[in-house]
Amino acid sequence: QQIQEDLNKQLLDNLLSFLSRSHSDFQEKTTKWTCRMKFREIPTAALVLGVNVTDHNLTFRGLSDVLQDNITPYVALLEAKDCPGIKNLMQKLMGQLMNCDIEVDSLEDEDCVQVSQNRIRCSMPSLVSWYESVTKKTDSETPSKKRNSSSRHWQSPPVVVIFKDMESFTTKVLQDFIVISSQHIHELPLVLIFGIATSPMIIHRLLPHSVSSLLCIELFQSLSCKEHLSTIIDKLLLTSRFPFKLGGKVLQVLINIFLYHDFSVQNFIKGFQLCIMEHFYSQPLSVLCCHLADIKKRVYSLSNDQCENIRRLPSFRRYVEKQESGKQVELLTNDSFLKEETEKLLEDLHVYHENYVSILRCLHVFTSSLPKYPLGKQIRELHCACLENQVWETEEYESSLQLARMLNKADLVTMLQQCVEILMSSSGKEFNKTVEKLKEFLTQFQNLEAEASQERDVSVSSQKELQKKTDLYHLQKTLLELKESRRSKKLTKFEMLRFEVVDYIDRLVRKYLVPADKRTLHEIVYFNAATVLRGHLNAAPRTALHTALNNPHWYLKNQALKCDGGGISNKAPDICIVYKLHLECGRLINLVDWLEAFSTVVMAAEEPNADAASSDEVDDIIHARFIRAVSELELLGFIKPSKQKTDHVARLTWGGC
Amino acid sequence: GTKVRKDKAQLSVSVKRFVKKLENICDNEAQEILEEKNYVAALGICAQDPLGNGSNISGGEVYSFQTPKRSNKMAELASELAKTPEKNVAPDHSKCPEKMAKTPQSSEEIFLLMHVFSLLLQNKKKEFVSTTPYRLRKRLAAPDPYLESESEYSASCSEEEDEEEQKEVGAVLSDQKTPAKTKAASTPPPRNNLAKKTKEQKMGNLVEEYFEAHSSSKVLTSDRTLQKLRKRRLNQQTLHDLLKNAPLAYAAEIRDLNQQHESLFSKWMLQLHLGFNIVLYGLGSKRDLLEKFRTSLLQDSVHLVVNGYFPSITVRSILNSITEEVLDHIGTFRSPLDQLEFITKRFKEDSSLELYVLIHNLDSQMLRGERSQQILAQLSSLPSIYLIASIDHINAPLMWDQAKLSLYNWLWYETTTFNPYVEETSYENSLLVQQSGSLALSSLTHVLHSLTLNARGIFRLLAQHQLEKKDNPSYPGLSFQDFYQQCREAFLVNSDLTLRAQLTEFRDHKLIRTKRGADGVEYLLIPVDDSTLTDFLEKEDEDV
Repeated sequence: QQIQEDLNKQLLDNLLSFLSRSHSDFQEKTTKWTCRMKFREIPTAALVLGVNVTDHNLTFRGLSDVLQDNITPYVALLEAKDCPGIKNLMQKLMGQLMNCDIEVDSLEDEDCVQVSQNRIRCSMPSLVSWYESVTKKTDSETPSKKRNSSSRHWQSPPVVVIFKDMESFTTKVLQDFIVISSQHIHELPLVLIFGIATSPMIIHRLLPHSVSSLLCIELFQSLSCKEHLSTIIDKLLLTSRFPFKLGGKVLQVLINIFLYHDFSVQNFIKGFQLCIMEHFYSQPLSVLCCHLADIKKRVYSLSNDQCENIRRLPSFRRYVEKQESGKQVELLTNDSFLKEETEKLLEDLHVYHENYVSILRCLHVFTSSLPKYPLGKQIRELHCACLENQVWETEEYESSLQLARMLNKADLVTMLQQCVEILMSSSGKEFNKTVEKLKEFLTQFQNLEAEASQERDVSVSSQKELQKKTDLYHLQKTLLELKESRRSKKLTKFEMLRFEVVDYIDRLVRKYLVPADKRTLHEIVYFNAATVLRGHLNAAPRTALHTALNNPHWYLKNQALKCDGGGISNKAPDICIVYKLHLECGRLINLVDWLEAFSTVVMAAEEPNADAASSDEVDDIIHARFIRAVSELELLGFIKPSKQKTDHVARLTWGGC
Repeated sequence: GTKVRKDKAQLSVSVKRFVKKLENICDNEAQEILEEKNYVAALGICAQDPLGNGSNISGGEVYSFQTPKRSNKMAELASELAKTPEKNVAPDHSKCPEKMAKTPQSSEEIFLLMHVFSLLLQNKKKEFVSTTPYRLRKRLAAPDPYLESESEYSASCSEEEDEEEQKEVGAVLSDQKTPAKTKAASTPPPRNNLAKKTKEQKMGNLVEEYFEAHSSSKVLTSDRTLQKLRKRRLNQQTLHDLLKNAPLAYAAEIRDLNQQHESLFSKWMLQLHLGFNIVLYGLGSKRDLLEKFRTSLLQDSVHLVVNGYFPSITVRSILNSITEEVLDHIGTFRSPLDQLEFITKRFKEDSSLELYVLIHNLDSQMLRGERSQQILAQLSSLPSIYLIASIDHINAPLMWDQAKLSLYNWLWYETTTFNPYVEETSYENSLLVQQSGSLALSSLTHVLHSLTLNARGIFRLLAQHQLEKKDNPSYPGLSFQDFYQQCREAFLVNSDLTLRAQLTEFRDHKLIRTKRGADGVEYLLIPVDDSTLTDFLEKEDEDV
């Protein structure tokens, strides 16, 4: 357990660093720009970030960190929910700026006190005076520090104000702020950054012309979230650095949640974390899911039980069955032999991953430029396809091979070169031959080119011959011959080579892109419980309620509850019966009718021998049960009390209005 | 008879028209369904898994509009449900009296047509693609045997109804308990109207249908009220007692179900520690489950239990209990946001602080507001605060937008327990539960005891007057002038002003309510029900 948690943590850290790294390139771009802009009126940057609001937090945090490191110590991050009015906005702004200041020169305690007193009357003039005092101080008092800081910051560092979610600010607040700060711009170099989720048009909709003319806006487009996703998948899944892998279905679920629900990279990562956790929690053999270096140690520390667990894995059983009988017995009885074998198998698996990734990339190079993208544009689609089943058996693969056979030479050559690069960079040892082979192809292509130029000479000469002859019949004949010979001779050479290349790729694919669940011991590193994942991330509470109410047998395994079709037996729990009855009603439900219907059902379900003496009591109990069921439905939000008519309740769900 | 037949002719005409319309709808919806299927297929790999957990019910089935139904359908369904297990008690036509030989038959046919209607509509729902209009027509021409048996049911129902009538004539008092079956079938509203109604209903777009249904204020329900039912209203206490005595159905199965959930406890702990928060959903009270989780795993750690269903819970009180009980901070905060900031700071400074927060019914009335959810979400996003909550309302997930969801970082767990919501509903003012008068009575006496003798007299006078008029439902209250007159006569006040001062005091304690009538006269009323008032007067008499 301990090891598992350690591994988890390590992976999570890696994830986060990846995400911030992918943001950083774009941040640098912004930084440069901000320096350029600082002499204009109110420089404003509008960042169009896309709809994945949840990821923005991270982006902005990264951005403000970068700004603070490289340009200016004065960065304030403002959120709409903190700033309902201009006063709150100023307060927040001052607070953040002062804090930055305190961090910069923490020596001057007196100033800090002064500064915090200033906070009481937050206004632009006070901000300006604060700014002046700060800059003056750094200029005059500590020359040594000044040099220090000026290397990092400029003489008068700009104050950067970031509006995280511009759309949710009230227009009045924004307008006021801009107008006020434009009056102080000559004293206070202010830079605004707007975070925009929808489209840049929103600026003009929020701000009237008189206000927006005070701004000098430059637009920045951040990377789309899909690109983030691809980088993450690239760095996490398509490397051999992490022992943990996702199964095909799981990956599909995660990607679908991303594409259909939220476009949030953060949620994707959350899903990935959950996968890791589930895997290590539910799979007892996941101890073995570690880096190659540790495998040996861990395999030898396996206990007896764990060995048994290995023997129980379906993929291992398949493996055993294929072995000869003597080895089978050894594997099933001798623990140490099993351990050796396991180690070997795990190493095999590791090698398989390395090969898999590089071949997958090669194949992606080929398929991603085909017209109509039969195997998908992104490498993740190809990855999913390869994980799920044997990719060479699919129709899409067939059609893409056919298309590949029709590629022109220039494309083919560049692709081959790319493949060579990929294979060269990969660490697998088996690829030396492959690389050689591919290089051979390349040289052949080049030879072909030379030949082709020669042939062209030949054809030119033959054409010269043609010109001599004047006979129409002969001319026709020779032309035909020429044509035929050209088709059969010249094109075949290139075509043959092309076929050869495609076949070779095909062979590579068949050799290396075997789906993971065909490999022995894949259970150790692959996580495949897609249903669990879906249940936890993309839950359907309404469906669960619906099932519970309509088909209680699903949960309560009692024969009496079993029934066919859409019906429900009259022995179902009270709330189910009441629910079923209320489905038959319109917008309003008469409580008396409801009660009677309920008691009818319940009485029939109970023994019909309820005689007159006890029936009063029974009635009361039924009444009470009805009340309970109705108030439960009210709690669940199916009905609410209505004032329209006495003793009626209103339905809140749509069905049967 | 003839009128009925005319209706029938109209009906069949409309059926044809209806079939035509149905074609269009079918086409449209087939398209939609296809799209939806694509989506579901794209999303749901779970359809292939045997453990799909029934979640492969497509959305359409769960939330779709249903066909307009007759208002007595409920009763029908009830009788059907009641009958299903005892099918051997088949309705026998031999007993059918001669006198209803004719009328029931025509009504039976209409009934049959209506059933075809509803069946058609159901078909439309279920087999969009396969149902061709041709088949529908065929079905119209030759209804299933099932339909016939259906109509037999209805016929038998009307038999029983007649029998019941005869019985009622025969019996002196209607006090006798009629069998449940006849009770249910005894509410037949005029069917002709209804048939017309269904005919007129346009089967247009589903959306149109929805707005149509909600635009008309007319609702077809029977006018019976609970008061006509000769049954006393139960109050909270008796209700509780009664339910305690009633045996819980399927206790063993429910226990099994809960044990399944309990096996997840250690997993929850791990997930909470890894930065996720857990939300439980599903039918049934999850209170006991959470309690068990708390007692078994959280005994040694700092934890806070929030009963969200409590009607006066606020975010502020949650935050207060964190700052005061957990952080030992004395002092107040200007706003919940400040408080939240303080809490965040404290938890960030001291990494050894850990807090488990259990919230029952995160979706309750008081907590479902946007601001409170925002605060709770921010609270839960702190790494050392572990939140585990339960939701019950069907629309609860709508509370959260993307930003809040990412703050909450939920892991969803389906925990259907089928436990009754005992605690959760005990605070709800159900329509059916009599508001217990005891509270009102005690507050009345309490307030009055602190008043002067004269004031008590004034109030008594008003109460007596109100009780005298209790049979008059349109009693507006006692007019001020009359009341002043009476008080003067009883030597309780000496001037208009003193009475007014007294009344103001009453009003401040919410003992009386004043309202102006149409003629501008002020009327005084005690907003307490009659029985409480009687009790009060009796008690006063004892005291005096």
